[in-house]
Amino acid sequence: MSAPRFDAIVVGAGPAGSVAAYTMASQGMRVALIERGEFPGAKNVFGGVLYRKPLEDILPEFWKEAPLERKVVEQRLWVLGKDSVVSLGYRSARFKEPPNAWTGQRAKFDAWLAGKAERAGAIPIYETVATSLIRDGDKVVGVQTDREEGDLYASVVIIADGVNSLLAKSLGVHREWKPDQVSLAVKEVLALPKDVIQERFGVEEGEGVTIELIGETCGMAGLGFLYTNQDTLSIGVGVMVSDLQKKKVKPYQVLDSIKQHPEIQRLIAGGETKEYAAHLIPEGGFDAMPPLSGDGWMICGDAAQMVNAAHREGTDLAMLSGRLAGETAVACHATGDWSAGGLGAYTQAVKESIIHRDLKKYRGLHSLLSGPQAELLFGALPQALNDAAYEMLSVDGESKRDKQKRAAALLREAAGGTAGLIGIGWRGWRAMNG
Amino acid sequence: MLHMVVCIKQVPDSREIRIDPKTNTLIRQGVPAIVNPYDLNGVEAALQIKEQVGGRVTVITMGPPSADKALKSCVAMGADEGILISDRAFAGADTLATSYVLAKAIEKAGALWGAPGIVFCGKQTLDGDTGQVGPGIACRLDYEQLTYVEHIESVDVERGVVVVHRHLEDGVERIRAPLPVLITVVSEINKPRRASLPGLLRAQAYQPIVWSTADFEDLDRSKIGLRGSPTIVSKTWVPEPRQVDTEFLRGTPAEVAGRLTPVLLERLRMTQGA
Ligand SMILES: Cc1cc2nc3c(=O)[nH]c(=O)nc-3n(C[C@H](O)[C@H](O)[C@H](O)COP(=O)(O)OP(=O)(O)OC[C@H]3O[C@@H](n4cnc5c(N)ncnc54)[C@H](O)[C@@H]3O)c2cc1C
Repeated sequence: MSAPRFDAIVVGAGPAGSVAAYTMASQGMRVALIERGEFPGAKNVFGGVLYRKPLEDILPEFWKEAPLERKVVEQRLWVLGKDSVVSLGYRSARFKEPPNAWTGQRAKFDAWLAGKAERAGAIPIYETVATSLIRDGDKVVGVQTDREEGDLYASVVIIADGVNSLLAKSLGVHREWKPDQVSLAVKEVLALPKDVIQERFGVEEGEGVTIELIGETCGMAGLGFLYTNQDTLSIGVGVMVSDLQKKKVKPYQVLDSIKQHPEIQRLIAGGETKEYAAHLIPEGGFDAMPPLSGDGWMICGDAAQMVNAAHREGTDLAMLSGRLAGETAVACHATGDWSAGGLGAYTQAVKESIIHRDLKKYRGLHSLLSGPQAELLFGALPQALNDAAYEMLSVDGESKRDKQKRAAALLREAAGGTAGLIGIGWRGWRAMNG
Repeated sequence: MLHMVVCIKQVPDSREIRIDPKTNTLIRQGVPAIVNPYDLNGVEAALQIKEQVGGRVTVITMGPPSADKALKSCVAMGADEGILISDRAFAGADTLATSYVLAKAIEKAGALWGAPGIVFCGKQTLDGDTGQVGPGIACRLDYEQLTYVEHIESVDVERGVVVVHRHLEDGVERIRAPLPVLITVVSEINKPRRASLPGLLRAQAYQPIVWSTADFEDLDRSKIGLRGSPTIVSKTWVPEPRQVDTEFLRGTPAEVAGRLTPVLLERLRMTQGA
């Protein structure tokens, strides 16, 4: 029996892969969707917030049927001090109709999205690991899997196998990520009754809150999060791997200490741990992106470091890149040109999309976070901000002018003098507007 | 050619099952469905025989339309055909009605591809645990029944004999039996194979044959579904955990041994005294 042949093989049924498969299959291409999980999403982990826009462009009004948790009506940023918090938030009815974003659970969402691709005609090949690419000279012509007689051939292979991308490594476009190009995140899902969640977070049925947490990460570059689901909370923290190595701290220790914070405790008290998970997040940004296409292949999503960590956007960029790769494949299918030149249209499309524009804007963030300022940004400054707030807000007979001075001094001191404070402000601004 | 039939059932994955503390019944909602694991051993046994002596393998299940997934996964492993017996009239069947319908279906499959020489069943299901369906089918078809089989030593199609090992509580029984036979298998018999890639792809495109009541000519309506099921579940309960006195002995091995010896001697005296 001759080996099976498809127009396209997609490796990985995460947001990137499923959208790519859907885009191609719905245009009549013969597509194989390979996923190592028992079902798509089985082992996938994110915070997580899902955004409307990128998927709406492909599946209008998808939220009416997709398994989503709560629509996000309020986003908070909490700067944690040892036993206090400075909080900043935005809440708006404009986030309700149509919602801008939802909280979600990957096991349900990914399975649903892959189901869309299946119904469009993509052939699901699950519980199957793609072990390597099959090449003919420089050209990628197929994929080897871990099943008996497991070789599959296609005109193009779309690599969407996530942050650890075995296939991109086997292609040689990138090596193992460096420890400062990835964060290790740990996450717990805590069960609480619906009404308790709604009361604690001040929301109605179906509405939710996201809280990003900064500070209390032992001075390591990292962000925490606490999100509301229907009857669970997602709480977690991601810390740059190089920092974890340097400080010899285990990520779950960081999460444990965040969970003990009195203000967090108030929100999560009584929650029973239902799941515990760990996953890498690409943090290398713009400069870590590998080449995106070549002879017979394209790379999407996390496998190509397409994550905007500052805004916890990853699924949206993954879906957008999946769509662009899918559309490129559809065009090449029409012309029959699967060469590096033909597929180069994908690289070009990514360059013109918000993926490039946003990642380029935050280009400097990576070196800022992996540099010496990280300790300051994630350790001393959050605490100093809390102390300054305490100074400003406590009424203790001291004049406001003196209080203001003291508060400013606290921040200055933490940053190593006025010049340090200005410097870090400048570098921070540059990092996000590079 | 040796025709083999394997009867399978889709069951809730017991690794994921919880019991409703209020009603004491299984919470089936949201629990993924799998092929009863012992049935997969049956499929594997049939496929191995097919590889050794030739033949064809038909997989049969009675269940809701969604059970076609179970058949497809057996086709992915290498079964030739899958038959889904599905009709509202079959619903609510106990082991008596189930074995009646399966026996009818096996006869019908026999009319298509030759009377089956071997019918396989798992030793029992995960959800029902009765182990009655296999023997029930054997009686109705008038086949020799070989239950709890852990090894198939030989299959001689020409002479029409099989030699199997039965897994009993106090040993192993080696039996020679004339075909046709019904074999129920234990998990020790083999390790069900993972589907090959071509198998998986074939199963993706495969549409199982579906038989409803209308497809059977001589079905006795009083013997199927709820009407044909005299079993009544009058009560279910969770047994009280048995009271066991447990004492943890801690310390160095010597200390533990020093404290354990008198305890054991005391126990011994008590049991002998009683
Ligand atoms: C803790 C955490 C919080 C996050 N929070 C958010 C958030 O709130 N919002 C947001 O938008 N993003 C968030 N992200 C980022 C987001 O999860 C990713 O950017 C996104 O999932 C990338 O999608 P992808 O399809 O590229 O990869 P993945 O989702 O990783 O999918 C890859 C798929 O490929 C499969 N696979 C891998 N290797 C193989 C192989 N060899 N053979 C077959 N299959 C294979 C995997 O099983 C997986 O299903 C978060 C990430 C983490 C870790």
